[in-house]
Amino acid sequence: MTFEAVTYESIPHALISGIAISILCSAVGLFLVLRKFSLFGDALAHSAFGGVAFGLFIGIYPLWIACGVAILSALGLTTIRQKFDISSDAIVAILLATGLGAGVILVSMSDDLDLHDIEEFLFGSAIINTQSVIEILGLSGGILAILFFTYKKLLYSTFSEEQAKAAGIPVDKMSYLLIAMAGVTVIISMQLVGVLLISALFVLPNVSAMLYARSFKQTMFLSMSFAISATVSGIIISYQFDIAQSGCIVLVAAAIFVGSLIVKSAGLVKTAGIIAKTR
Amino acid sequence: MIVDIENLSVDYSGIKALDNLSFGIDEGDFLGIIGPNGAGKSTLFRCMLGLHTEYDGTIKFFDQDIRDSRKYLSQVGFVPQKPVVDRNFPATIREVISMSQNSNDSKKVEEALQKVWMHELADRRIGDLSVGQQQRVFIAKALVNSPKILVLDEPVTGIDVYNKDLFFQILSELNTREKISIIWSSHDLDAVERVANKVACLNKTLFFHGISKEFFSDEEMLKKYSETSMQMHMHHH
Repeated sequence: MTFEAVTYESIPHALISGIAISILCSAVGLFLVLRKFSLFGDALAHSAFGGVAFGLFIGIYPLWIACGVAILSALGLTTIRQKFDISSDAIVAILLATGLGAGVILVSMSDDLDLHDIEEFLFGSAIINTQSVIEILGLSGGILAILFFTYKKLLYSTFSEEQAKAAGIPVDKMSYLLIAMAGVTVIISMQLVGVLLISALFVLPNVSAMLYARSFKQTMFLSMSFAISATVSGIIISYQFDIAQSGCIVLVAAAIFVGSLIVKSAGLVKTAGIIAKTR
Repeated sequence: MIVDIENLSVDYSGIKALDNLSFGIDEGDFLGIIGPNGAGKSTLFRCMLGLHTEYDGTIKFFDQDIRDSRKYLSQVGFVPQKPVVDRNFPATIREVISMSQNSNDSKKVEEALQKVWMHELADRRIGDLSVGQQQRVFIAKALVNSPKILVLDEPVTGIDVYNKDLFFQILSELNTREKISIIWSSHDLDAVERVANKVACLNKTLFFHGISKEFFSDEEMLKKYSETSMQMHMHHH
């Protein structure tokens, strides 16, 4: 197995797409974290892996197949969850295992499959071409625009489903919209951090931000700042030390989280946060 | 009549939750709906708010069947039984109130905050408040779209006496000054007698609906009410 580190030539592309992905993952991830759906990004990524393997197997650009598979399976399972009252964590486990299982079978069936391609999707790629950068920027902009116009309704249905329904908000439609946006976000982000590490970008910056911030807006902007810091530092560290970029990004995000815990525990920040629950 | 309920029946897997209920709510009513636990008060509210749609009969708000349109909800404010607020939910009181707002008018948010005397705490995190304070925030949230009707489902359960009194004072002011009709469920007969001008007694079926004073001065009616598993409350009364 070979891991790619960032090269000098690939830094601008990695930075531009990395910053866009960081902003997107923070924004979409915050709603998932608040809905106690933290691992949903992971589950989507694993089901997308099944799609990637299928795309490689039939020779079609795998990311679009992965996108379709991830969104359809997530929407399908969400419908099943609502109809049969199955818990969210069980749905995450089903999605995660089934996607990976399907992917592994398809990979084992392909004799001429380039394992390097598979590794790229599993662990992310340091080299992102110009066309991919344009796609990442376009899709990120599109999803952020949808979030901007729907955030009040999304926030209300995240805060209290019952109250939002009683206020006439189409809560089920909002859930489907969020899942579809999360699906596209996962596909976009897979290129940078890979299937296995994707939930780190959804969860770590948001949980760190929740330790400090008082309001929703503060949380979102702080989370975006943490995610951008982790991604930019991770890419630079990867280049400096010639080590895998995705791992560097995730470890910096984890370091920010640990640092935040220490700051919070030392009483340097007084805002109520998730640490309060354990007291 | 702003709300008209006719022959409402709800069945949960063969068990009747509401049985052929008919009553109306007039503009300016402060209606206390009383009944023991399991009497169907929450089911009635869920039907009225469009949260439970599998029922027989008709519910009309402002002369329109709620099955035909959900637009009436913009004129109805709902305060839930007990606020289920995640202590760590990162939203300030101001944000919680404005998230239900149809417009982006920040003045209305400030007005709603002042009506429930919460303007000084507007930038606190919602999870940092006591249950009583949170309920006041939920009233403000319900008020932000200038509703004609407020629906409150046992809103003072688990609230201390001071906040309870404050809560009822706010509701009375909204009813008399702002002319907002209030529908409020409770099993606290004392409170209902004190603040409501109309009463509906519910125990799966409706066995009284009318002027509050008439109900509380009618020994026969109170006796009948106590027989339907409300002995504890009646003794207290």
